[in-house]
Amino acid sequence: MAKAKGKVTFDEARCKGCGLCVTVCPVGIIKLDTSRINVKGYHPATVDEMDKCIGCANCATMCPDVVISVERE
Amino acid sequence: MAKVLMKGNEAVGAAAIKAGCKYFFGYPITPQNEVPEYMSKELPKIGGSFVQAESEVAAINMVYGAAGAGVRVMTSSSSPGIALKQEGISYIAGAELPCVIVNMMRGGPGLGSIQSSQSDYFQATRGGGNGDYRTLVYAPANVQELVDYTMKAFDIADYYRNPVLVLGDGMIGQMMEPIEFKETEKMDLPEKDWATIGTKGARKPNIVNSLRLQAPELEALNQKLEAKYMEMEEKEVRYESYRLEDAELVFVAYGTVSRITKNAIDLLEKEGIKAGLIRPITLWPFPNKAFAEIPATAKALMSVEMSQGGQMIDDVKIANEGRLPIGFYGRSGGMVPAPQDIVEAAKELLGGVK
Amino acid sequence: MAVVFNKTQGLTEKEFHYCPGCTHGIIHRITAEVLEELGVLGDTIGVAPVGCSVLAYDYFNCDMNEAAHGRAPAVATGIKRALPDKVVFTYQGDGDLASIGAAEVVHAAHRGEKITTIFVNNAIYGMTGGQMAPTTLVGQKATTAPYGRDESLCGQPLKVSEMLATINGAAFVERVAVDTPANVRKAKKAIKKAFECQLEGKGYAIVEVLSTCPTNWGMTPVDAISWLQENMMPYYPMGNLKNPWEVE
Repeated sequence: MAKAKGKVTFDEARCKGCGLCVTVCPVGIIKLDTSRINVKGYHPATVDEMDKCIGCANCATMCPDVVISVERE
Repeated sequence: MAKVLMKGNEAVGAAAIKAGCKYFFGYPITPQNEVPEYMSKELPKIGGSFVQAESEVAAINMVYGAAGAGVRVMTSSSSPGIALKQEGISYIAGAELPCVIVNMMRGGPGLGSIQSSQSDYFQATRGGGNGDYRTLVYAPANVQELVDYTMKAFDIADYYRNPVLVLGDGMIGQMMEPIEFKETEKMDLPEKDWATIGTKGARKPNIVNSLRLQAPELEALNQKLEAKYMEMEEKEVRYESYRLEDAELVFVAYGTVSRITKNAIDLLEKEGIKAGLIRPITLWPFPNKAFAEIPATAKALMSVEMSQGGQMIDDVKIANEGRLPIGFYGRSGGMVPAPQDIVEAAKELLGGVK
Repeated sequence: MAVVFNKTQGLTEKEFHYCPGCTHGIIHRITAEVLEELGVLGDTIGVAPVGCSVLAYDYFNCDMNEAAHGRAPAVATGIKRALPDKVVFTYQGDGDLASIGAAEVVHAAHRGEKITTIFVNNAIYGMTGGQMAPTTLVGQKATTAPYGRDESLCGQPLKVSEMLATINGAAFVERVAVDTPANVRKAKKAIKKAFECQLEGKGYAIVEVLSTCPTNWGMTPVDAISWLQENMMPYYPMGNLKNPWEVE
C-alpha cells in the first residue's frame, strides 16, 4: 500500500524546543533547528524533507504546546 | 400573617428558604445541628440540594462553587467549624461571590464547650482568613431578628458580592420563639452575569477566581473590595439605642446578652440608677455613630459579653475615642451572665468613677 | 490535502506557560478536544487546582472556577448540585488531589458526584519547586526528600486509582499515560469515557494520567519520558480499574 502524503506546519513562535516531536516521528524528519532561535529563545522544531511526511500526526499528538497542524491526502 | 413557634436553628433554615436559598452545604457540630437537619428535610421538597459535606472545609468550598454558579447558598457551623472555614471565606470574598454563613457560637478556644459564648467576635469582625477583606456581620438578639437578618443577608450578599455572616449563639439556636416571615422591600439586584453557568458558545468564559499574580492587578482588586466595604460602612450599620436618656452608665451588648443586660437595666432602675444600652446589630460595620447619642449624664460605658476579657470591648474603645471610662463584665466557657451579676459589676464601676 | 489535526476550539488562544516538554500541555489539549467533540463546551464548567496548572482557567475555553488547594472536588460538587445539567470537571495535580485534597476526592467519589476528574500524576510538587508528593516513588529524590523517599519515614507512594476504585460511588476509574502518541490517544479515549460517564449520570469518574515533570526531575523532556516508562509504569499499572458499562 502506498504511503500517505502528509504536510505539517509549525506555529514556530509557540515552540519550546522540547524535542518530543523529534522522537515520535516514524520517518525521522523532524529536527530542532540549532542554527537559530525563535522569539521564545528556543531552537524550534522544523521539517526539511516534507516530501517524506506521511501525515501520521504523531508529532502533533505528542506536542504539548499545540505547535503543529497536520494535513494529509 | 400568623406567627409560628420555631427553634432558632430551624428558623434560620426556614428564613433562608423564604429568601430563595435552595442550596445548603454543612456539617454536624453542636449546637447548630438542627440547621443542616432542617435543610436536609426541606430542600428536597423544593428541588434544592443538601449535602452533608465531609468537613466544614469541604462545605465552605461547596458554597464557593455554588455561589460561583450564581445561586443563593448557605452554610452554618459553630465556632471550631467556622475556624475551619476561614480560608474558604477569604476565597469567597476575593472572588467576589455572595453567600451566607451562620455561626452559632460556643465556648472556646479549641474544642471548648458546647454552650453559648460570644468569643468569636474577633473571628467574625477581624476575619480569620488571609488578606484585606471584610464580612458584614449581623448579630440578632432573638429568633425574629435571626429570621429577619438571615433573609436580609442574602440580599446584602448579592448586592455587594461578598460573604455575610449571621452571628448567633447556642442559646438563640436552641430557643423557641414566635416568629413571622415579613415581606421586605425588594432590593434592586443586578443580574449575575459573572456566574459560571456555561458559555453556551455565546460569550467569553467567565472565570471565578481570587488569584491575581500581577501585583498591580491584585491591588486593583483590593481597591475594588475596599470601595464595597466603605459603602457598607456608610449604608449598612444597624443598632438599637435603648433608654439612653439621662443614663449614667451606658452598656454595650449584643445578641442574647443584650436581653440579659436589659433585665439588668430594669434592676438598676429600681435602685435609682439610670442605665442605657447601645446594642450593635451589625458588629461589622460597628455602629460608631451610635456613640454620639450618649448623653452628657453618662459617666462610664460597660461592655458586657460572653467572653473572657471581652472582644467587642476593643471596638467600644475605638468608638469611645477616649471620652469615658470603660468597664467590662463577662463570663466565658459557656457560662451565661445573670442580670444581678451585671448589676453588681455596674455599681462597682460607677462607684469607682464618681 | 485535508487538515487532519488542528488546534481545538476547546483551548483559548493563550499560550501555555508550562515548561518545555511538560505533559500538562498534552493533557489540557486532549481534554479540550474531548469536550469539543462531545459538543459540550458551552455547557461546561471546569475547576482549576493550585499547582502548575493553576492557570488552567486561562487555557480552557469554557467557564472556569479557581479552587483552593485540594478543594476542587468540593467546589465541583457545589457547582454540579447547583447546575445538574452542566458538565463539571476538575483538573488536579498529585499534590492537590492526593495530599491536601485527599478527603475531598474520596468523598466526591463516595457520594458518587456526577463530575469528572483529570488527575495529573507526575510524582512531585511542580509549581512550588519539586517537593515530595504522596505519589513520589521510594528512593526518588525531591527537595523535601533530599536523600530519596524513605519508606520507613514516609511510607510507600499512594495508589490513588486503586484506592478510589474500592469506593462504590466511583463509577469510572482508569489510569493512562501520555508517554507515546499511542498512549496519548488511549488517554484521550479514557477521558472521553470519563465524560460520557458523567453525561450518562453513572457517577464519579476519574482518569489518572501518568505524567512527567522534566524540570523538577532534573532531566530533559525526552529523558523524562523514559524515566516515566522505567520507574512509574511498573508501580502505577495502566488500565481500566472500573467502568459503569461492565457486563456483570
